[in-house]
Amino acid sequence: MAKPIAEKSKNAAVLPEYPLTTMAVVAPIVGWLIPGGGHLLLKRYGRGILLMVSVVAMFAIGLGMQGRIYKPNGGDILDILGFVGDVGSGILYFVARIMDWGNIMAANAAADYGKTFLIAAGLLNFIAAADAHHIALGKKP
Amino acid sequence: MSLSHFTSAVVFAVFASIVFGITQRNSMIEQVKYGLYCFALFVGGVFVAGWVMALIRR
Repeated sequence: MAKPIAEKSKNAAVLPEYPLTTMAVVAPIVGWLIPGGGHLLLKRYGRGILLMVSVVAMFAIGLGMQGRIYKPNGGDILDILGFVGDVGSGILYFVARIMDWGNIMAANAAADYGKTFLIAAGLLNFIAAADAHHIALGKKP
Repeated sequence: MSLSHFTSAVVFAVFASIVFGITQRNSMIEQVKYGLYCFALFVGGVFVAGWVMALIRR
């Protein structure tokens, strides 16, 4: 009787509980590039649309409030952290950089809030992309 | 676009709560409850911080 248990535990050590699939890699990348896209790809349409609306709205409001978009070579460590937050918005960040939006220093309180909105949108999108990864793995329904 | 501090905080709370609710819970009911919980904490935190700052200013 001991042998099957040993074999079972050996197999359990070899096979991961949630095997990494192609979709588990593609979904978070799509989710990062297109906010909510990972969930849409996984056929979670309601969640995907809500995530997309939330992230895009926060990004748009941030730009509307004349928030600053950080560049990767800011020099200052806080600028680099700001860039990490901003780049989380995926394609929105790249479009903003190409169109030269948000290329201004915060001149008033509203612009400072706008900058915070832009960073928060990116960070929330990172969370959404990680969630898409968990759904694709089967950890989450 | 120029939003007041309070309006900005409420708008931020709405969208952040939606994302937190969807990503941190599994079933729809749990997601809605957690989203509302986060929203209440965000807005409640704004009021608490506002009162603390007002009391400090006196």
